[in-house]
Amino acid sequence: MNIEQTDFYTQAILSMAALVGLTSFLMLGQGRLLRLIFVFALQGLLLTLTTALAAYSLDNPHLYISAVLTLVLKVIFIPWMLRREVVLMNMHRDVQALANKTVVMLGGASLMVFSYYVLHPIVQTTSPVMLNALAVSLSVVLLGMLLMISHRQAVAHVVGFMSIENGLFFAAIVATKGMPMVVELGIAFDVLVAAVLFGIFFLHIRTSIDSLDVDLLNRLHEVDK
Amino acid sequence: MNWLIAILQTMLFVVLAPLLAGWVKWCKCRLQNRKAPSLLQPYRDLFKLTHKQPVVSEQASWLFVTAPYIIFSATVLAASVVPLIAVDLPTSASADVIVMVGFFAFARFFLALAGLDIGTAFGGMGSSREMTISSLAEPAMLMAVFTLTMTASTTNLSGAIAHVLNEGLILRPSFVFALFALILVAIAETGRVPVDNPATHLELTMIHEAMILEYSGRHLALIEWASQLKLMLYGVLIANIFFPWGIADTFTAEALGYGLLAIMGKLALLAIILAIAETLVAKMRLFRVQEYLSFAYLLGLLGMLSHIILEASR
Repeated sequence: MNIEQTDFYTQAILSMAALVGLTSFLMLGQGRLLRLIFVFALQGLLLTLTTALAAYSLDNPHLYISAVLTLVLKVIFIPWMLRREVVLMNMHRDVQALANKTVVMLGGASLMVFSYYVLHPIVQTTSPVMLNALAVSLSVVLLGMLLMISHRQAVAHVVGFMSIENGLFFAAIVATKGMPMVVELGIAFDVLVAAVLFGIFFLHIRTSIDSLDVDLLNRLHEVDK
Repeated sequence: MNWLIAILQTMLFVVLAPLLAGWVKWCKCRLQNRKAPSLLQPYRDLFKLTHKQPVVSEQASWLFVTAPYIIFSATVLAASVVPLIAVDLPTSASADVIVMVGFFAFARFFLALAGLDIGTAFGGMGSSREMTISSLAEPAMLMAVFTLTMTASTTNLSGAIAHVLNEGLILRPSFVFALFALILVAIAETGRVPVDNPATHLELTMIHEAMILEYSGRHLALIEWASQLKLMLYGVLIANIFFPWGIADTFTAEALGYGLLAIMGKLALLAIILAIAETLVAKMRLFRVQEYLSFAYLLGLLGMLSHIILEASR
């Protein structure tokens, strides 16, 4: 099925999927924490727009509620909280050196190819939109994991974790045409609780090793070597 | 008749290029709370330079003197390939986008040679930097352009633009990636802020300016004009490939005039975005340009990928 023959809603969803994938890549290559958080908020905004679009085109009013929840949590609250942590701990001026940015980025590109390759057999049974949305959300999940592996700061790990959740959320919106309200509320509060818990973890890591660079955790030993 | 319009279009390119450069400078000055020079200032500069006697070093070979003419004419030829106000012109039908990239490479080759010819340290340094950047930028640019050409199934620019125009508004994920890739490449190739600073002569940072440091008089005018033309060319490419609406597909005076207005509006808007970006972003270190351009390549690659996977017929 060619893209010319699909309706406008499908095209818009596909473009949104592409943009969500793009923000994942932007996050992957970002050395500065504040900008990382900003791109994360941007990804949340794209998710909000996708949800609102799905709500409009499927005529499914409860999706509007989940769009508002996404907006409040992922675009405003969590980025605000992370930003506050970063500024409080005075890390916003650090430029975190990525070990090898180009290799990480190309690794990200191959992850995207991989997720298409894995999901390609599904195309025979479902609509192409579903396949693409699933492939992009799988690659957002994998890119989030890569972000967690490649960055050293704990804040970046949290952003990676949240973007994994974004990928799953995107898949849920597009593939299932909106989950039951109970599930969505549950996930939203899980994310909220996770964000608060991460804040507490930051505090603990910082008081014990005086930094949020998790590489320093390797130095903790029971006995001195 | 068609040839006449084609020649007219290329002339328009050449004539309007300094105006675009002036407009970018004007926007930038206003954004930085400075008093802006008149929009016509680039024309005055070019006029002034043509009246000055060029000073050529004793060590310079014939290459140094002929290079500006070669660079300018190669850039004008590249401009003739790109549809500005109308599609389906004979010049753009006879050459495709790969030829255009080839013209750019040709001009750059002579610019780099001219930088080396005099034997000063700056010239050689600038040439080496320029070649480094262009060797990374060219694949990224071709990747972005191939995404378009695969969509339209032709490498001919005018055919591709007509294809996009006839299809109407279709949101393509691959075009999103290709657009960003092309913007990043355009910034690198035209020497704008994050990669090179066109307004400075600070030795440590310059790339383009280092190569042309020894030029003066009408030679300098030609090279500056060529680089203004290149800026406009990239602007027109971005505007006409991704937002082709308004370009004339019939050769009536009304359609052509409308096309001219449309492209001037689009370019003015692009220039404002460029000026805002240049005001917000600081120039990056030379050794980070490679990361920047590999990101552009990545975007081009993703665009191609999403074209093949998302949009191609199964």
